Amino acid sequence: MGHSDKISEIAKKILEEKTVDVVIGFRKGTLPMMREPVLIKDAERTDQLYWDSFCFINLASYLPKREEKIGIIAKGCDSRNIAVHIVENQIKREQLYIIGVPCEGMVDRGKIISLLDGKEVREITESDGDLTVRGDGFEHTLKKGDYLQDNCIRCMHRNPVIYDALAGDLVEERKDPDPYDDVKALEAMGSEERWEFFSNLIKGCTRCYACRNACPLCYCPACFVDESDPQWVGKSIDPTDTMTFHILRAYHCAGRCTDCGACEQACPVDIKVRFFTRKLNKDVLDLYDCEAGLSTEERPPLDTYRPDDYDEFIR
Amino acid sequence: MGDKIIKKGQLPNVLKALKKTFEVFVPVREDGFYRLKPLKDGEKVDLRFTNTRLSPKSFVLPQSERMFEFTLDEKSKDAHIVKEAPKGYPPKVVFGIRPCDAKALRLVHVNFDNPEFRDPWWIKRLESVTLLGLGCNEPCSTCFCTSVNCGPFNKEGLDVLLYDLGECLLARTLTEKGEKLLQVGGVDKDADSGLKKKADELKTRAEKKIGSHVPTDKLGKKNVNDLFDAPFWDDVAFACINCGACTFLCPTCWCFDIQDEVTKRQGDRIRNWDSCMFPLFTLHASGHNPRAQKVQRVRQRFMHKLKYYVDKYKNGVACVGCGRCVNHCPVNIDIREVFRLMNDSEDSKQQ
Repeated sequence: MGHSDKISEIAKKILEEKTVDVVIGFRKGTLPMMREPVLIKDAERTDQLYWDSFCFINLASYLPKREEKIGIIAKGCDSRNIAVHIVENQIKREQLYIIGVPCEGMVDRGKIISLLDGKEVREITESDGDLTVRGDGFEHTLKKGDYLQDNCIRCMHRNPVIYDALAGDLVEERKDPDPYDDVKALEAMGSEERWEFFSNLIKGCTRCYACRNACPLCYCPACFVDESDPQWVGKSIDPTDTMTFHILRAYHCAGRCTDCGACEQACPVDIKVRFFTRKLNKDVLDLYDCEAGLSTEERPPLDTYRPDDYDEFIR
Repeated sequence: MGDKIIKKGQLPNVLKALKKTFEVFVPVREDGFYRLKPLKDGEKVDLRFTNTRLSPKSFVLPQSERMFEFTLDEKSKDAHIVKEAPKGYPPKVVFGIRPCDAKALRLVHVNFDNPEFRDPWWIKRLESVTLLGLGCNEPCSTCFCTSVNCGPFNKEGLDVLLYDLGECLLARTLTEKGEKLLQVGGVDKDADSGLKKKADELKTRAEKKIGSHVPTDKLGKKNVNDLFDAPFWDDVAFACINCGACTFLCPTCWCFDIQDEVTKRQGDRIRNWDSCMFPLFTLHASGHNPRAQKVQRVRQRFMHKLKYYVDKYKNGVACVGCGRCVNHCPVNIDIREVFRLMNDSEDSKQQ
């Protein structure tokens, strides 16, 4: 049984048995490489639920402020963001029935589009680690592993960290990738070079906030960029304001980001926004030996106070 | 006005000649997608693009525009007086604009130039731009222009429409502005009837290739309240993350916000693109927000394009079928589905 069928079966059961009121998952989209998050209330409609390597949106984004009992589909990173939400009191563990999906990485549709150099994907199917891409007059078989999202290439937590049921067998966690090889390259730059790198990175930003809104961490009722009294940051596309938005957003995510990559996938102008958050993830790992969302007990390092802290300035 | 011929090999010279009078913008592939950028000396124009990622609306409605400037310096005799910011309207040519995007400017025009309101900057910018369009020989599978009074070789809004006939481009002159442009570019060779026929066949062939179709026939007749209260909005809106990707990429979204930005005592009044997806868009000074819920905002976007605009301007839907929002919505909300839901929804029995 494939992941989609198993997810539908579990979802049907928990809705019928009234374990949950709703299930949040994905349905097959209207484009070959897009899936649409969906809220299912009716057990009869669970056959809509779908899973494959294009479910890049982090479903944890849909949890804050919901009050009913929710079944939710979660790959490794989604489950870590659910854990972050639980720690940050955005949702209660008792409200959730987590259907975990062990994940072998999401495919970056941008990489497939670039490969085809203007030709259009009309259909894509996957089996046993291969993707078959078809279009007008062509068919290619590609190794899925060569087209993963950048965050998935470096992912060390492919299995869900919390779950109530699994939609597939657990996968082996990888030991081999250096999860921060890209950040090390950034760290090696001088400060001026680094500033130029980041300025270039965001030069096409339209301030549409797709990165922020796709991020499960960004649940504030009023984001600092939207506040108008006081106004923290200008709303035009002035480069200083745009940079302020990106840097401040990244700092708000420090110690909380699971590197799910939803921000980058959501960007309509293909900005690699993860460069902002990744360096902070590495700092948090180096300084506090902490990775976000691995436990529902531990508070994020930057909002933790300990009387026995080893640093004198805070005691 | 007639049909002229530009041999592909002559195109660089034509553009070079245009550059003496106009700022010339051409589609350039950069970081994986196309944008309209100023033509560099000696640059070869790439005609293989399907469309630019962002619509060309910013040529007429810049994302951020300084409207006015003022000083808060009490010592100045002009303190607190708002003055129009200096602006230039250099003549520009947008080469390769697609017919859908040109039509979109006409759809938006009725909002900025009508008997009630005339936006001087929109009008002057539109006047200063000459649109040298390129028809679509190979429309995308997400294009549905032919369903919304547009098409791969639609002429509305363009000054010249180019037909790519392989060896050469047939330039169909549509306005006096276009005629002048071709003169400046040194394009004077008339097309013979064989090539004209070929161009017309190309149009027919491209129209047949359009794979997406949406129904629009009942939208105008629907009761607005029935659509507003339709049962499908919750399902349409669930996935929406309320980002502005759709509205910022859309060639017909025109909404803006006006902000004052003050540095020391010098201020600018700036008009920025805004998005009905943002909660702040309708937040009142009182703190009340008439569209506080996501579903209300999503409904607004579609109702505005497919119903309010239709009723107000009797000008069809405010959508040209370019497919940008379809392709770039991160959560796959597909306006083609919403067309179907709205057009084919059941009417209320009370009427």
